[in-house]
Amino acid sequence: MDLTYTQEERDFRARLREWLGKTLPELPARPSPDDWPGRRAYDAGWQRRLYDAGYAGLHWPVDAGGRGATPTQHLIFLEETERAGAPYVGANFVGLLHAGPTIAAEGTAAQRARWLPPVLRGDEVWCQGFSEPGAGSDLAALRTRAVRDGDDYVITGSKIWTSHAEVADWCELLVRTRSVSETVPKHRGISWLAMPMDAPGVTVRPLRTLAGSAEFAEVFLDEVRVPVANRVGEEDDGWRVTMVTLSFERGTAFVGEVVACRRTLGELARTAKANGRWDDPVLRRRLGRLYAEFGALWRLTQWNVSASEASGGVPGVGGSVFKLAYSHARQELYDTAAEVLGADSLALDGEWALDRLSSLSYTIAAGTSQIQRNIVAERILGLPKGR
Amino acid sequence: MRAVDFRLTDDQRDLRTGVRDLLAGRYGREALRASVDAGGTLDRRLWRELGEAGFFALRLPQERGGVGLGLPEAVLVFEEAGRALLPGPLVATHLAAGAVPGAAEGTAVVTAFDLGGPGGGTLVAHLGEADAVLGAPSLPTGEPVPSADPLTPLHRVASRPPAASGAYRDEGALLTAALQVGGALRTVELAVRYGREREQFGQPIGAFQAVKHLCAQMLVRAEVARTAVYAAAVTADPAEVAGAKLLADGAAVRNARDCLQVHGGMGFTWEADVHLHLKRAWVRAEQWRTAGEAEELLAAELASAAM
Ligand SMILES: Cc1cc2nc3c(=O)[nH]c(=O)nc-3n(C[C@H](O)[C@H](O)[C@H](O)COP(=O)(O)OP(=O)(O)OC[C@H]3O[C@@H](n4cnc5c(N)ncnc54)[C@H](O)[C@@H]3O)c2cc1C
Repeated sequence: MDLTYTQEERDFRARLREWLGKTLPELPARPSPDDWPGRRAYDAGWQRRLYDAGYAGLHWPVDAGGRGATPTQHLIFLEETERAGAPYVGANFVGLLHAGPTIAAEGTAAQRARWLPPVLRGDEVWCQGFSEPGAGSDLAALRTRAVRDGDDYVITGSKIWTSHAEVADWCELLVRTRSVSETVPKHRGISWLAMPMDAPGVTVRPLRTLAGSAEFAEVFLDEVRVPVANRVGEEDDGWRVTMVTLSFERGTAFVGEVVACRRTLGELARTAKANGRWDDPVLRRRLGRLYAEFGALWRLTQWNVSASEASGGVPGVGGSVFKLAYSHARQELYDTAAEVLGADSLALDGEWALDRLSSLSYTIAAGTSQIQRNIVAERILGLPKGR
Repeated sequence: MRAVDFRLTDDQRDLRTGVRDLLAGRYGREALRASVDAGGTLDRRLWRELGEAGFFALRLPQERGGVGLGLPEAVLVFEEAGRALLPGPLVATHLAAGAVPGAAEGTAVVTAFDLGGPGGGTLVAHLGEADAVLGAPSLPTGEPVPSADPLTPLHRVASRPPAASGAYRDEGALLTAALQVGGALRTVELAVRYGREREQFGQPIGAFQAVKHLCAQMLVRAEVARTAVYAAAVTADPAEVAGAKLLADGAAVRNARDCLQVHGGMGFTWEADVHLHLKRAWVRAEQWRTAGEAEELLAAELASAAM
């Protein structure tokens, strides 16, 4: 156990801080939440700046176009960008945080060369086509079919809850390449494909979330042709690849947000001091406890990052432990914020109210808390499966 | 070069295994139950053996006869002690090593005014068997009172002398938090084991999701607390220590409660060990730094960091 920084890491931090100080004032104004093209352009522009400065794909392997930075440098990057109030990954979430890492881990050299550089440059945006109307928690029950026709798969089916579908160029898509039968269990016939979102037969219909905006969509696929060469991993072995994607999604994708939550908690303390709520000992103690929880979550993040580095870069099921603790703490943070703000928490012109609404998705998206508990109980603790 | 590295070194791993084996051999379930039957009197011989094994002198420099290790190693050792439910004023005697004669060697039993409470608190653990009280010039007299924890005898002292134990407070809180983490992890194991063995409705109760989810939440609490304790041992930052104590107290108490629930009627018996974990967790939660104090300290730290 060693939590001190080397000279090299301190230099890295100092250079980054200087670069952020210079770059952030040059950024354009943030677009409104409903301006999707504007949001895409903004997020892409930020990613491009990171790329040009050598900060894109910092911790990705060098042969995947990354910088091969240490996990510590990556965490320093997250701390510093957050501290400076830099933009969040936004529309690049899927590409940078789980589709890209999956391709880096499982793709062929040609696939890495095709898909990873545009993600790092901010040129191409990805979305995730996993969930279906009939396959949410029970993801392996998915029914979207892909039938081989020469060098193509012909795909028919539908996906749902696809975040950023409207602005995405590519979709990490799960399809059934083999029907379920007596001898083929449901998780055996799945394949993981990269589907271009502009392919004929793809229809995106935005869905309005409870926050009022269209963050996700339904995606209908009607005889969409996708080259067989776009398959990552073997045919029918997509469930294994999916586990890799989910371990990135649950294990490391939220890392940056923990830093953001710590800053938010600081803002909340300032607000409470200013409006007098700080004098309420019950509320003050609740804030103190949250400070301990987010501190510990940051340490758990460091822990998981060192552990995943030791196991070859793919995070383990420990990500489920983190996600459970984090989702709960994040919702508790915004419920506490509502207590600090009182009735003002109902006014949607404030950032707090919107963030509180979006925090409601944390115990659902990327696998519900119930599903994470099943995973922890069965795969970590070894409890038996029920009948 | 990777500097911020949370993984245990090989030496730290060996230390942990060594302590676990030692305690399994010297203070297994039979010994635990024997000390319950003996009414919680401290086994002086075991205390000396712990001393010989370096338990108390762990952080004393080598030139002063100690082992010369640091807080990160100490929390690993205390975690194991918590797991084994090892009784006695372990933290106070460890803190007294080098300051009170015999503490380092385990020939003296040293307790502390570490129990909080309204008005400073007048309960002292293990006073009847103590040779000294940490930071106090002499042994106070006290009346024995029945204790909730069969392995933590309590005395009520008439008045609490102005204690010097404040100086030891952060280290005491951290090592107590490590004991709590050990207990929290142990109760997950007990619950999981029982969940696999006990059958109802024709299947192990651990196959029922309601039971599974209790166990999963137990692990989450224990792992978050454990990380907090390890990190605080490295930084020794007072706010981080307070956070670690807060989370570890919560994990130990809550886990013991859930473990009791998983055991059903068996969990309510004297015979099962679950109540021993719960009662000890309650005691430790009152020691060195209570939840209320920790939360206030953390709030103050949050406010000053945010301003
Ligand atoms: C904001 C947001 C963004 C999302 N983005 C994407 C995306 O980009 N791409 C994508 O593919 N998906 C996305 N999802 C979908 C998400 O992964 C699913 O919503 C999630 O996996 C749950 O599936 P479901 O909605 O069908 O709920 P269901 O599976 O129907 O679950 C309903 C309830 O039943 C419980 N339940 C189900 N099965 C079990 C079980 N075995 N044991 C105990 N309880 C159970 C669940 O915990 C839940 O409480 C997104 C979701 C949200 C909220």
